[in-house]
Amino acid sequence: MAYTPHTEAQRREMLRAIGVESVAELFADVPASCRFPELKLPAPLSEVEILRELREIASWNASAEEFTCLLGAGAYHHYIPSVVPAIVSRSEFYTAYTPYQPEISQGTLQAIFEYQSMICALTGMEVANASHYDGGTAVAEAILMARSAARGKRRRVLLSPDLHPEYRQVARTYLRGSGMELLGDERPENDLDALEKMLDGDTCCLVVQTPTFLGEVLAPARLRRLAEAAHAVGAMLVVAVDPISLGLFVPPGECGADIVVGEGQALGNPLNFGGPYLGFFACRQADVRKMAGRLVGQTVDAEGKRGFVLTLSTREQHIRREKATSNICTNQSLNALAAAVYLAALGKRGLRRVAEICYHRAHYAAERIGRLPGFEVRSTWPFFQEFVVSCPLPVDELNDRLLDEGFIGGFDLSQTHPHLERCTLLCVTEMVPPAEIDRLVQVLRRVSR
Amino acid sequence: MSEPLLCELSVPGRCGCTLPEVGVPESPLPEGFVRQDLPLPEVSEVDVVRHFVRLSQLNYGVDIGFYPLGSCTMKYNPKVNEVAASLPGFVQTHPYQPVHTVQGNLRLMWELQEFLKEIGGFAAVSLQPAAGAQGEFTGIQMIRAYHEERGERRDIILIPDSAHGTNPASSAMSGFQVVEVKSDARGNVDLEDLRAHCNERLAGLMLTNPNTLGLFDEHLLEIVEAVHGCGGLLYGDGANMNALLGIVRPGEVGFDVFHYNLHKTFSTPHGGGGPGSGPVGCSAALAPYLPGPVVERLRSDECPGEVRGHTHTEECFFYDWTMPERSIGRVKTFYGHFAVMVRAYTYIRMLGAAGLRQVAEDAVLNANYLQRKVGEVFRLSHNRRCMHEFVAIGRVEGSDVRALDIAKRLIDYGFHPPTNYFPLIVPEALMIEPTETESKETLDAFAEALRRIAEEARTQPELLREAPHRAPVRRLDEVKAARELVLRCTLPVAR
Repeated sequence: MAYTPHTEAQRREMLRAIGVESVAELFADVPASCRFPELKLPAPLSEVEILRELREIASWNASAEEFTCLLGAGAYHHYIPSVVPAIVSRSEFYTAYTPYQPEISQGTLQAIFEYQSMICALTGMEVANASHYDGGTAVAEAILMARSAARGKRRRVLLSPDLHPEYRQVARTYLRGSGMELLGDERPENDLDALEKMLDGDTCCLVVQTPTFLGEVLAPARLRRLAEAAHAVGAMLVVAVDPISLGLFVPPGECGADIVVGEGQALGNPLNFGGPYLGFFACRQADVRKMAGRLVGQTVDAEGKRGFVLTLSTREQHIRREKATSNICTNQSLNALAAAVYLAALGKRGLRRVAEICYHRAHYAAERIGRLPGFEVRSTWPFFQEFVVSCPLPVDELNDRLLDEGFIGGFDLSQTHPHLERCTLLCVTEMVPPAEIDRLVQVLRRVSR
Repeated sequence: MSEPLLCELSVPGRCGCTLPEVGVPESPLPEGFVRQDLPLPEVSEVDVVRHFVRLSQLNYGVDIGFYPLGSCTMKYNPKVNEVAASLPGFVQTHPYQPVHTVQGNLRLMWELQEFLKEIGGFAAVSLQPAAGAQGEFTGIQMIRAYHEERGERRDIILIPDSAHGTNPASSAMSGFQVVEVKSDARGNVDLEDLRAHCNERLAGLMLTNPNTLGLFDEHLLEIVEAVHGCGGLLYGDGANMNALLGIVRPGEVGFDVFHYNLHKTFSTPHGGGGPGSGPVGCSAALAPYLPGPVVERLRSDECPGEVRGHTHTEECFFYDWTMPERSIGRVKTFYGHFAVMVRAYTYIRMLGAAGLRQVAEDAVLNANYLQRKVGEVFRLSHNRRCMHEFVAIGRVEGSDVRALDIAKRLIDYGFHPPTNYFPLIVPEALMIEPTETESKETLDAFAEALRRIAEEARTQPELLREAPHRAPVRRLDEVKAARELVLRCTLPVAR
C-alpha cells in the first residue's frame, strides 16, 4: 500500500486533464535506456506482518528495558517522565516542518524559544540556538565558529584527550581540507596544565569536556583559570558538558567559557541506538551573529500580540549560500522539544534531584566495587555518574558474564584508551536501583574468584 | 490571549515530576563545585501538559491538512512507522552495546543499506549522515578524498543557479571554490556554460535532478558525459528522489555519490524541522571513502536469535560494524538516526517495489494535474511537463500583490502555503509539491482557493496584504525580531 488515495477512474480523469494517454508519458524526459528499472525488493507486507517481523528482530536485541544498563560513554539511560512522550507524539508537532510560516507554527517556535531559554539557564550562557545534530557535531561547529571569529587567521585547535573520542573524530572530519591543525589529544596524559601550556597566538580555541569522557568533573576554579589563559592569547574556551550534571555543578558559563555545547540526549530522549539525539549550543550575546544554526526570537504581530519567528536568518545558507556560517539547514526540533518538556517537567528541583541520585548512587557503587579483590577504581574524585574500574579479566569477557546476570556492562576502555587495558567505564544513573547495585557487587565478587 | 511562557507560569516550589529516594548512603559533595542557583521554571505536571498541548494547537502539520511545500515532500507519515519506531527492543538499546546483543538493530540497518543501494543503483551506502545537508557535506568530502588520493588538485565545485542554498554552503565548508552554472530557458543546466567550466580544476558538479523547478534535466546524459569527461565527479542531491522511485536509478545514469532524505522520500516525519536522515550512496570507486562505521553481513553457523538462547530464523548471518578502508571518518556521533531508519525500513517493507513506483507515479501525476489547474490562474515558470513539483509565479495581473500575500492568504483557506521566493531564479516564486498522498479532491480545492485568491487580489487586495486573518497570530514583525533580539525568557533572580 503506497498510501495513495486515487481510484483508477480518477487517475484516468487526471491524465485526460493533463492531456496525456498514460502515466508513462509523464516520464518522457527520463533517458529511455534506464527508465523503469525493476527493483528487487521484498514483497510488500501488511501492518500485521511488518509489526510481527519487527517485533521479532527487535527481540534479538538485549534492551535496557529488560537489562540493567551500566553503559554510558556519551549516551545515557535516564528516566523519561510520561509527559515527554505524550507531548512529543502529538502529530501537530511531529508532522510539521521547519517553521517557515510563523503564523501557523507558533507551537514549534515558542517551544524552541522555551528550549533556548532553558539551555541558557542550564549552561549559564546568554544565548542558545535551536540545536545541532548531536554532541559531536556541536563540538565541530563550535570549532568552526571559533575559527571564523578569528577570521580564519588562527590555525590551531587544542583538543583535550578527555573529550569524547567520537567528538574528536567528528571534529577532524569536519575540518578536513581546512588547513587547521587539531592537536593536544595525541597523548592521553595531556592534562589541563599541559593543554594550557600549548595555548599560543595561533590557537583559535581549546576544547575541554566536563565531566570528562572518563567521568571526572573539572573544578570550576580550574576552568576559570583555563578560560583566563585562553583569553590572554585571544583564544576561545569551548566546554562540552553533560546537561544532567548541570543540575548539580557550577555551569561553564560561570567559569568564563565562550561556547558551551553538549549531547542533549539525556534530556528526555531515549537511547534509540545512538540517534536521533540533539546537540545543544550556547554562547555569549556578543557572539550571536557568528553562531550557526536556527534561532528563534520574540517579536509582535500586526496587532501587537507577542509571537515568535526564526531570526538572524541572514547568517544562514538559504540566504548567504557559500558565505553562510555553516551548511546546517535544520535543527533537531522534535528532540529539542523533548528536552524542553523534560526540563519543564523536572524543573529546578527535579533536575537537581536526578543529578544528586546519579552522583550518590555512582559513588556508592564505586566505593563497594573498589573494595572487591581484583577491582580498582581508577577515577580521581570527584566524578559524576561514571567511573573507571580496572578488572581482573578482559572487559569483553566480564561483560559477557554480566549479560548472563542481567546487566549490560560498562564501556570497554581498551577500545579507545590503550593505556587503560582491562578497564571498564561504569555508569550508574537513577535507573539503577540500589538493590541492583548490591546485586552487581555480588556478581562481580563471584567473577573475581 | 497568547500562551504564556514557562518562565511566566513558574511558581517557586512547584515540581512536575516524581523521583525515587537516593536510597544509598550519601557521599560528600566537593566544595566549590556545586551551583548556587538553577534558574529553571517550576511548574506542575498539569501545567506542563496544558502548556505544550496548547502550543501544539497553534501548529499546522500534515495531519491537519494539505502541506504543498516545494522540495520538502510533505507526504503523509504512516502511523505504523511510529509504532515500529517505539518498540522497546529498538528504543532501549545503547549504541555501545556489544554487537551480539544488537543483532536486530544491525540487521535492520544492513537491510536498509541494501534497499537504498537497490533503489538508487549504488554499490554502497552509509546511513550515518544526520540530514540532507550533512549528506551533501559527506559527499563533497568523499569527492575531495577521491581526487586527493589520485594526486589531483581540483578545487572547484559547480552548482546550478537553481540549487538549494545548502549545496554551495556544504562545498564552501569543505574548502572548495563554488562556481555557479546558469540554467537555460527550458530550466535545464545550460550545457554550454557547463562545458566551459569542465576542466582540470573541476572536482565535481552538484546536481539536483529533478531540479528545484520540478524539471527533469533534458540533457542529463550529456551533463554526466561532460563532467566525467574532464575527470570530475557528479554529486546528486536527492531532495527530489520522490519523483524517481522505480522510475530511474541515479547510480545507473552516472551519479557517483548521492544523498537520500529519509524524511522526504521515505515518509519519516519532519518533526518541526528535524530529525531528518541523509544516507549517502555511491559508486564502487567511491565506496572506500564512505563515512563509517557501516554494517556488514557475514555468514554464520549461529543464528542471531540463538544469542538469546532460541532460534528465530533459518538463515544464519552475523552482522558487524566495519569501517570503509579509506573512510573520510565519522560525520556524527554513533551511527546515524536509527529511529528514523526504523520508520524508513517499515515504509519500504510495506510498499515493496510496485508500491514505491506507484508513489513516484502518483506524485508526478498529482503535480502535473495541479500544474495544469494552477496554470489556468497563474503564470508558470516553465511551460513543460513537470515531475513531482512545479513553480508558479505569484503575481496577478491588475494587482500589486506579491507571492508572499498569496501564500499568507492560503492560510485563511486552511492550507499550508507553498515554498515561496525559492528557487531564487524565479521572481515571486510559489513552489508547489503536492506529493502522492493527496487526493484529487484536495488538489481541486487547493486550485479553487488559488483561483478565488487571484480574484480577491483584483477586487480586495488588502485582504491578501493583511492576511492571514484566521491564524493564531497575524503577520509578525521580523525586522523587530532581528533588531531587538529577544532570544530567551529569564526567571527573576532567586531571592
